[in-house]
Amino acid sequence: MTAVLEARGLGKRYGRSWALSDCDLTIPAGRVAGLVGPNGAGKTTFLHLAVGLLAPTAGTIEVLGRRPAQGADQLAQVGFVAQDSPTYAGLSVSDHLHLGAWLNPGWDDEMADARVESLGLDPQKKAGRLSGGQRAQLALTLAIAKRPRLLLLDEPVASLDPLARRDFLRQLMEAVAEQELSVVLSSHLVADLERTCDYLVVLVDSRVQLAGDVEELLAEHHRLVGPRNGGRLPGGWEVIEESHTERQRTLLVRCSNPIFDPAWSVEPVSLEDLVLAYMARGARDVAPPTGLVGLP
Amino acid sequence: MIEFHLDTHSGLAPYLQIVQQVRRALRLGLLAEGDQLPTVRDVVARLAINPNTVLKAYRELEHLGLASPRAGIGTFVTQSFSDASPAVLRPLRVELERWLAKARRAGLDDESVEALVWDTLHSSTAEVVA
Repeated sequence: MTAVLEARGLGKRYGRSWALSDCDLTIPAGRVAGLVGPNGAGKTTFLHLAVGLLAPTAGTIEVLGRRPAQGADQLAQVGFVAQDSPTYAGLSVSDHLHLGAWLNPGWDDEMADARVESLGLDPQKKAGRLSGGQRAQLALTLAIAKRPRLLLLDEPVASLDPLARRDFLRQLMEAVAEQELSVVLSSHLVADLERTCDYLVVLVDSRVQLAGDVEELLAEHHRLVGPRNGGRLPGGWEVIEESHTERQRTLLVRCSNPIFDPAWSVEPVSLEDLVLAYMARGARDVAPPTGLVGLP
Repeated sequence: MIEFHLDTHSGLAPYLQIVQQVRRALRLGLLAEGDQLPTVRDVVARLAINPNTVLKAYRELEHLGLASPRAGIGTFVTQSFSDASPAVLRPLRVELERWLAKARRAGLDDESVEALVWDTLHSSTAEVVA
């Protein structure tokens, strides 16, 4: 399977701090990939590197087989909607469409008009007077009507109310169904990704904690409940999260083989639990170690 | 035509939920051979889900021999479940209702009944496998 996006040892440093480091990532074509992580994890930096708004400090990134923003035809194949769906407040909806048609060689006029009509947007209305949901839909329309092969969306629904959020994701999924479109979208809310994404990347504190096909990831992770003094854990179990009570031990483990040990009761893990466990682990790993102060 | 719904907290993969809903509709006689399933676009528009999920569900149904695609039109049911006819289901339901009444008299509530049914179902399948 071909990759739409491939990063090797990718890193970006601002001054003395790394916004993204050691990022190895392959996102296959035809997927809707969700990039999740807390605010400040490096999601925006990653997307800006992917569109070529930023240059890497370390490593490489290839988008659709080439360096980002390498020439006009590369730019034409990538659609990007930055955070908060920026539009020109003083320009009308139809001004935006004219601008899109003028700036993009592959612009699909018919589709843009049809979308604006089905969304019920008044073409004469200034973008500054649209609701947040309508502005997000206008920005999505501009990004889709240029007919990109890859669409990158930075927190597209973060500022929308639940209904507008649902409408936006519906429009996005319809576009994926109609065109051969790969999507990478970032969000700090897992609920937004549960129905829409089939590929997941968890980013915490500038590092990729987890990446893979959503269903495979869910099948490989289990929640186990067993006795506190159950002895040693079998090999091949990677413990992501662990908690104890006086008698009981609860684990979230990654293990590709089925678990038959009768000492443990095995339950499936939800996507939200999975993401939260990796986020918590990522946050623990970067916490400064206590008692080591002063060592070189 | 049937409509799908998704339960994000069920723990069952969304594509399997769609497969399960088709199977259930077949069993209850709500779907029969020749019926069209909703188009991928319709399902995506209704549920705001990834089209790959719907495609995967339909491929799985095809693999199970329950549905098949017709180019440019959609996906159609290719099999009716013979045991889904009302003639078969009705007497079974009557018997089940009688059993339920007995369970109630014995003091079992809904949860206990479900637990007993699941457990019996589970252990009898296990025996068949063994």
